[in-house]
Amino acid sequence: MNNNIVIAAIGAILLSLPFVGVDSYPLHLIIVILIWSFAYTGWSIMGRFGLVSLGHGAFMAIGGYVTALLWNNVGLTPWIGIPIAMALSGVVAVIIGYPCFRFRIVGHYFALVTLALSEVVRQVIIATRDTTGGSLGYTPERHGEGWSILAIQSDDRVAFYYIALAVWAVGIVIWKAVDRSMARYALEAIWEDEDASAAVGVRVTHEKLKVTVLSAVMTAFAGAMYCQYQMFISPDTIGGVGISLQIVFAVVVGGIYNALGPTVGAVITLLLAEVLRIGIGTENICITDKICLNAAGVPLLIYGVMLVMFIIFLPKGIVGGVLDRWRGPAQTGPSKQP
Amino acid sequence: MLEVTGLTKHFGGFTAVNNVDFNLDKGEILGLIGPNGSGKSTIFNMLSGTLVPNAGSVRLNGREIGGAPPHKICRMGVGRTFQIPRPIRRLSILENAALAGYYGHSGVATREEAWRNAAEGLALVGLPTDPYSTVDTLGAAGLKKLELAKALATKPDLLLADESLGGLDHSEMDQAADMLRNIREELGVTIIWVEHIMGVLMRVVDRVMVLDHGEKIAEGKPQDVAADPKVIEVYLGSDADEVAAAAAR
Repeated sequence: MNNNIVIAAIGAILLSLPFVGVDSYPLHLIIVILIWSFAYTGWSIMGRFGLVSLGHGAFMAIGGYVTALLWNNVGLTPWIGIPIAMALSGVVAVIIGYPCFRFRIVGHYFALVTLALSEVVRQVIIATRDTTGGSLGYTPERHGEGWSILAIQSDDRVAFYYIALAVWAVGIVIWKAVDRSMARYALEAIWEDEDASAAVGVRVTHEKLKVTVLSAVMTAFAGAMYCQYQMFISPDTIGGVGISLQIVFAVVVGGIYNALGPTVGAVITLLLAEVLRIGIGTENICITDKICLNAAGVPLLIYGVMLVMFIIFLPKGIVGGVLDRWRGPAQTGPSKQP
Repeated sequence: MLEVTGLTKHFGGFTAVNNVDFNLDKGEILGLIGPNGSGKSTIFNMLSGTLVPNAGSVRLNGREIGGAPPHKICRMGVGRTFQIPRPIRRLSILENAALAGYYGHSGVATREEAWRNAAEGLALVGLPTDPYSTVDTLGAAGLKKLELAKALATKPDLLLADESLGGLDHSEMDQAADMLRNIREELGVTIIWVEHIMGVLMRVVDRVMVLDHGEKIAEGKPQDVAADPKVIEVYLGSDADEVAAAAAR
């Protein structure tokens, strides 16, 4: 059974879910997981080639805020607002990526530059609170009750579920398209040796920029869809370093080298966060009279420990680890078919 | 097909290559020799775009390529090998060559052309063309061959071969030398070959250029250069008789 059959089977199950009587709350969780999976898939498209960005929270925030701001202030439908947000995100990716790639800022240094981008965008949102609502968050204005195709708003979870499912499927298709393209070979080669790649005609800066823009644009789209679904965004729920790290963590857990890795990562991390939120809540946990921890920080603590464990014991993530067990490690080496 | 005039490269106050001129005709093999630090690799790096010349001109088939970036020079028809092989270990042998066949092609290569170019390049150097063989299965000679196959997959007009014999035993050296000759004869590729193994090089090349301290000190047919007192003094030394005998063959 190959990967495509697994994806098709999962797709079929997902398509039929609303018909088997899934309650509103689980359906909500699945919608959120699908939207985040798209963002994670977008990140992994570049992350799998050693382009580790800690700035994708910025693209997510650009997607959400630009779409909502254009809708609230200019009355521009998200059908136009979302492409504008995606284009803006692409421009930001070029502004950050071009100098990095041109001057060979790679590895940890690239991660640090993108980390700064995350924080810059978060601070801009907070600083312009008169427009963006600052730390308190921002809500797109409702366009009447029920469904609005113009505003891409819906009270109907089932309808939004199918939108999220389509978005997720498109993410998988894009991941697969990149995986099968010659650009994949070029990016793997660039990751290993930029000079040797350039010597055989690969346009190093151009190739890296292409995949970075694609990744940024996908993440911005995920941000916009998240905003349209939740109808509320804040710098901490959609942007900043926290979200950037959450994206990296989920992909590492799920598996960076497989199309379904980011989805598995999203399922595990978001369900874990939900279980912890319900199980522990946000109250203080006191170890002694004087030492108390806020329970809201517990998921982060668990995330941190898990991240270290995964990097040490399961560097290819859950999907990569399972496939290694099943097919043997050679399958995750060089590709086998031209 | 290649005209190099006044090629110069400074690194700070040090002049690595000083005002070097040379020409190459189509299908010619030029041996580039000289002691360590004489400027051979610097010339290679300028011809392939890794280094930008401070002065001078490099014209390939009438087009200026001096100072252009490496990928552009590759697409203009210059393929190169590295002295220490630099394969992409994440990719299979065929994928390594296919990458070159796709991106290094002077026109717009399709995927099918890329795989075909790759298979042709690999077959020419005697490496496996199946999609499963990994780079880790190759020894020193295999890696040198892969360097050549990658360069050939780009369908170059000019091949820059950097110490293709280093690390090989005697029989492998003879094979590699024959391979370069075959590449010229079968594909009509012009070759500049940097090498320290004089005995083998002198048997294969049409012409030799000798560098010392970044300047050209001799150029001509192998037997003439091998007998040049200045070349013997700065480079050949006690090997001069053996090299002269090889050049005469």
